[in-house]
Amino acid sequence: MATYQLTINGKQQTVEADADTPMLWVLRDHLDLKGTKFGCGIAQCGACTIHMDGNAVRSCSIPVSAVSNAEITTIEGLSKKADHVLQKAWVEHDVPQCGYCQAGQIMNAAALLQRNSSPSMDEIETAMNGNLCRCGTYNKIKAAISSAASNL
Amino acid sequence: MTVIKTKVDRRSFLKTSALAGGGLMIGFNWACSPSAEVKDPASAWFDINAYLTIADNGEVTIMSPNPEIGQNVKTSMPMLVAEELDVDWKDVIVKQAPLDNAFPRQVAGGSQSIRSSWKSMRMAGATARRLMIETAAKEWAVDVNSLTTKGGYVLNGNKKLSYGELASKAVGIEIPEEVTLKEPKDFTIIGKSQKNVDLDEIITGKPVFGIDYKQEGMQYAVVLRPPAFGAKLKSFDDTEARKVNGVTDVIQFGDKVAVLGNNTWAAMKGKKALVADWDMSGRLEDTPYHDSEMNKLLNKRAERPSRSDGDALKAMASADKVFEKTYEAPFLPHNTMEPMNFFADVTGDKVKLVGPIQTPAGTRGQIARLLEKSPDDITLEMTRMGGGFGRRLYGDFALEAAEISQKANKAVQVVFSREDDMTAGTYRPASKYKFRAAIKDGKLTGYHLSGAGIGRNNWVRPDWFPAGGIENYLIESSYVDSNITTGAWRAPITNFLAVAEQCFFDELAAEMGQDAVQLRLDILERAKNNPVGEIDYEPEKMIGVIKLAAEKGNWGKAESGVSKGFSAYYSHNTYVAEVADVIMKDGNPIVKNVTVAVDCGIVVNPDAAINQIQGGVVDGMGHALYGDFSFINGTPQASNFNNYRLIRTKEAPTVDVHFVESLNDPTGLGEPSLPPAGGALANAMAKATGNRLYKIPFVKDQMVFG
Ligand code: FES
Ligand code: FES
Repeated sequence: MATYQLTINGKQQTVEADADTPMLWVLRDHLDLKGTKFGCGIAQCGACTIHMDGNAVRSCSIPVSAVSNAEITTIEGLSKKADHVLQKAWVEHDVPQCGYCQAGQIMNAAALLQRNSSPSMDEIETAMNGNLCRCGTYNKIKAAISSAASNL
Repeated sequence: MTVIKTKVDRRSFLKTSALAGGGLMIGFNWACSPSAEVKDPASAWFDINAYLTIADNGEVTIMSPNPEIGQNVKTSMPMLVAEELDVDWKDVIVKQAPLDNAFPRQVAGGSQSIRSSWKSMRMAGATARRLMIETAAKEWAVDVNSLTTKGGYVLNGNKKLSYGELASKAVGIEIPEEVTLKEPKDFTIIGKSQKNVDLDEIITGKPVFGIDYKQEGMQYAVVLRPPAFGAKLKSFDDTEARKVNGVTDVIQFGDKVAVLGNNTWAAMKGKKALVADWDMSGRLEDTPYHDSEMNKLLNKRAERPSRSDGDALKAMASADKVFEKTYEAPFLPHNTMEPMNFFADVTGDKVKLVGPIQTPAGTRGQIARLLEKSPDDITLEMTRMGGGFGRRLYGDFALEAAEISQKANKAVQVVFSREDDMTAGTYRPASKYKFRAAIKDGKLTGYHLSGAGIGRNNWVRPDWFPAGGIENYLIESSYVDSNITTGAWRAPITNFLAVAEQCFFDELAAEMGQDAVQLRLDILERAKNNPVGEIDYEPEKMIGVIKLAAEKGNWGKAESGVSKGFSAYYSHNTYVAEVADVIMKDGNPIVKNVTVAVDCGIVVNPDAAINQIQGGVVDGMGHALYGDFSFINGTPQASNFNNYRLIRTKEAPTVDVHFVESLNDPTGLGEPSLPPAGGALANAMAKATGNRLYKIPFVKDQMVFG
């Protein structure tokens, strides 16, 4: 066990955990931030996507010991009032079905728009290909990302 | 005018009472669908299992113990009530009543879709509105017919009374004998897209799913289960597991071992550190065995046919040609994005269960028997479900949670890893279909379908298409007994039966030199005008969707570089036809677009309906392309998304949805677009590549697709 100082959604947090504990479980179990989801545990589904210094990463595959001074943002910290341009687009397009994959989809899309504010459909597909949606909401996800980009 | 009775003889479908805290409560039954013509209503319709309440502050609530709050029902139910009650739909909220004794327990099994609640919800809304008017008429001492309603108020010229003000006073007023429902042309809420009511919680990451549930001090439990169906636990060593930081206990139950930890990761690590010795001497089945057993069955007559019209075998014997094809599909795991999980606290007098389950009443009953308690001592709270597809009809994971909690004397949440979820499934069973068609003088004179699958005998839908349209018709079903757990998977049976059937009709049309759509239409014309035997579908509606899909999907029109595949299927009372457009890119096929025509009666919430239909198509195509799940020595050969492929965004087609305009009562939407999807895809791929595919998965790992 070791003690880690983390910056999560702009807040300092102290966590006692084993060095190999994935950030996913630190967020969910140690810090009660349940918005980041567990889907596969092996970086294959994207349900656990968070931002680390602005980049989308798979929190299931990042041990807490590798985070050190990075700024972590989770779905809970993406915006203050659910008013991120993607969240608004998600509402406009009524994207979710079961909803379980959606936090990861939004976080990944947010990182995409951060580095490319007017992605082509091809670029959207390439960026989002790592995020599974078992309910098959891909059509709506793509439409929502396009309209969010056009509202930037 | 749709008039519906609220009473038959002296029995009433609705009961009013005072709401605790002030207001009106109307009890009714979800599935009750009385109409003016109903003479002998089902007695179950009188069992109250849902409540519509109007509180003194005007708040309108639907209380239901119903688990099937998925597929957007939580949004569409209030729409139905609001429409008839004349309030804004956003002012009606659905509350899921916990499964305890405050609510009677007649929870119907299976999916309580919009179909079963279409009339009951509207009846409750219309009755409540009528009671509001009658109460206001008394208050003002005016004639009821002079009053109208709008936005939660009863209006009398420029005077108005809110429903909240009237609610408590309406309690004693007798329920009218019958109420009039709105005509579809007068709908202002139904038929207009409304957003999912849980949207904000989902996009901000609120803890709404079962796996998000947490109780102070609860332990996370991760379970080691036998590695193969048929294996048994001989012994295990937990020395290393107990050394893992955060592991608090190790509990054996049956052939399983649970590792408890104060966080999920600790429990997962603990499980990996267990060393178990398995008895593998039992019956361990594998895929080659299943294949050969199914093949044997396809080559002999079933004990008795599921349906026989005319004499199909004779038609085969006297045909110019017998055209025969066999299609095969493997087992499939459900792979809900949220892995199975459940919370149980068996430490107190009352047992507390929380989690994502589609069958709460049945599961509670099973847990009561397991723990030797009365169901009355068990509360079960349902959470939002991160996907179901049939998997959460089975409560195995809830039973595990209860047993571990009891043995450990701690509150626990059982969490499946993806590997646990995929390898301890209740799978869609593998199946095969052999079709034979007798062709004489260029005409289809006989049809013979044999279906065989694993685990249960229910492989055909003998009274659906093409029943009634072919003179000599024989349908058979048989099965192979197995110790692999199988169960319902989105659109049970038809999820592959439809693929096979719709591929066969495509091939048959080519063999007969006919257009694939025209062949279907010819059979349907016969079934409509002069059916052979009884049928259990409406050919007219099927013709309707086929024509609409053909038109919107440009069937029969050449588009350069595009190969089109057609498919149509009826299931869950809904009719769907699809045209898939496949193009070749660098020698590989890509599905670009799928045009879908749907007849599901009145479309209550169009955007949500489109979402369901698109999802079903993507799901059907994804599993037809990639679904690959086999067994060796009872052991599943895939365990996570690195070796089990699900369709991804690049491979998913755009899906263009068209509804048949209809004034009929709404029918199911969650499943019906899935069954035809694989057939439309295979038919288009056959044209695009010249290669007909008979076995799912159509695409093996080494093949590029998209
Ligand atoms: S849970 Fe991290 S990618 Fe699937
Ligand atoms: S909405 Fe269910 S997994 Fe994406």
